[in-house]
Amino acid sequence: MNTSLTDSAATDVQAPGRFREFWFYFSENRGAVVGMVITVLLILVALFADFIAPHSATEQYRDHFLQPPFWQEGGSTEFLLGTDAVGRDLLSRLIHGTRYSFMIGAMVVLVAASGGILLGLIAGFARGWVDTIIMRIMDVILAVPSLLLALVMVAILGPSLMNAMLAIAIVLQPHYVRLTRASVLAERTKDYVTSAKVAGAGPFRLMFVTVLPNCLAPIIVQAALSFSSAILDAAALGFLGMGAQPPTPEWGTMLSEAREFILRAWWVVTFPGLAILITVLAINLMGDGLRDALDPKLKRS
Amino acid sequence: MTSSSPLVVADNLTRFYTVKSGAFSKPSVVRALAGASFTLEAGKTLAVVGESGCGKSTLARVVTMIESPTSGTLTIDGKTITPDDSSARAALRSSVQIVFQDPYGSLNPRQKIGRILEEPLVINRPSMSAEEREAKARDMLRLVGLRPEHYSRFPHMFSGGQRQRIAIARALMLEPRVLVLDEPVSALDLSIQSQILNLLVDLQDQFNLAYLFISHDLSVVKHMADDVMVMYLGQPVETGSRDAVFERAWHPYTRVLLSATPVADPTHQKDRIVLTGELPSPIDPPSGCAFHPRCWKADSRCQQTAPLLQSAELPAQPISQPSAPPEAGALNHYLACHHPEK
Repeated sequence: MNTSLTDSAATDVQAPGRFREFWFYFSENRGAVVGMVITVLLILVALFADFIAPHSATEQYRDHFLQPPFWQEGGSTEFLLGTDAVGRDLLSRLIHGTRYSFMIGAMVVLVAASGGILLGLIAGFARGWVDTIIMRIMDVILAVPSLLLALVMVAILGPSLMNAMLAIAIVLQPHYVRLTRASVLAERTKDYVTSAKVAGAGPFRLMFVTVLPNCLAPIIVQAALSFSSAILDAAALGFLGMGAQPPTPEWGTMLSEAREFILRAWWVVTFPGLAILITVLAINLMGDGLRDALDPKLKRS
Repeated sequence: MTSSSPLVVADNLTRFYTVKSGAFSKPSVVRALAGASFTLEAGKTLAVVGESGCGKSTLARVVTMIESPTSGTLTIDGKTITPDDSSARAALRSSVQIVFQDPYGSLNPRQKIGRILEEPLVINRPSMSAEEREAKARDMLRLVGLRPEHYSRFPHMFSGGQRQRIAIARALMLEPRVLVLDEPVSALDLSIQSQILNLLVDLQDQFNLAYLFISHDLSVVKHMADDVMVMYLGQPVETGSRDAVFERAWHPYTRVLLSATPVADPTHQKDRIVLTGELPSPIDPPSGCAFHPRCWKADSRCQQTAPLLQSAELPAQPISQPSAPPEAGALNHYLACHHPEK
């Protein structure tokens, strides 16, 4: 054996930590960093909404109906972004709305992804009739327009934010099932899975330790994308009156309430819309960067 | 080598696959492995050669218990595995390990080398502490000619030859007695091939390992093997010691394989036998001798009756009794042919 090679390298080099390695690759993508900064700021805003917001989200100032933002004539610095039709401070409502949006995104992605990954793993590993049944049910869900299906489910369950989140999670779930199953089918024929089997790995170890980490890259991108589409769908349901109910300061519901004032008071529609746009864009940018950083195949040695 | 009883005894191993070709047609049976018998002793290398699709890799999968045999018995280290009994497998797992052909697919790209090496220990030696496992993994890295700091790197940071060393290291973590090498060097370039082969020879001497060496490269086989088994369409057609097979190749198919080996000698007289036709489908094997449609010596007898694997240099004596495995030495040259080219 080559002893000179071994001797010359007796000192062990400390490998960089996991997080530093991740950050090295993530920070190369500038858009992703910007997206993450905005996302982190929004999360902080959501966490400390009670301290940041200048007013309560639901208090109505009867002297200030539809007051414009402070830089316009008639505006005041008391209500920085103006007030809505019943005199509530728009900025405070937007700040509190961040909470709802992130809660919706996180809950929906959590439910949809965990259920979808589990079903996808089972379908990919079991094959046969189990696979057929799972995938046909997912096809049925995918065949119905997603917003319509969510609407129907909320109509049956009753309009509330919780039911809207559940409906959106069920609508988004098939994407995870398909992605996971496709990756599992591609991965499980590879030799490293066979050698784990030869080493004695049981079905659960094979599924969750051996195969699942190799399927995660597309799932993470899907999670980031569906985080934003969950926010969008919840806003759409809110706009249609099927999501969060007034006076909840949910952005979609705010848009819906502001519908009739679009021409008279531009700020009541623009700011909630901008809030949705910025949040969704930031999360999508971050999702792209996450994929680049988490996929070892894209890393350089 | 002191051990006299063979480590691996395969008796008439078969592995059939059922293939459905449509809802209304009868499912057909692929005879990927149609009856292979051999013995393998500690410290020895049995090379299995044959063209693509002859059942070499299926044999490897059956011997490593990735797939159970359809019929026949496999005895490893004194324990017998039959088609219906899978309980012996867990116990035998640490006796037989495998190294695959493609070093790029055989290492989990998400796991660091240390975790890849320790996984067999985590599963099979739960009592071992994390420090012991790590120490063992680092020792093993040194043993296969890698550096200990490679422990915390990912597979994509390594070259093909280094990856194959890692694959060998992982296979050795459970201290197996039998190593199945499924074309371990055919994905590597020539200079790396010899390094890996030398490493394998060193490891064999050090641990008294038995190798089941699967290859289609006869020059590699000549370098590595003690015994050689030539397979055609899922069946061995000629087995024997390396010298017997390379110097007294009597089966026409072995002759063909030998004549196809390139020789680095410009003055070498080429008398290459070129086969016509394709390898027949294992779904519908030819009657009689499986080789007869492509054999230049075939006659009506070859079309009707399949030749048995019989001793080539002794009077006829079939070897299919498990109680009487063929003895080692020059006399274990077996042949399945009606018209051996003596």
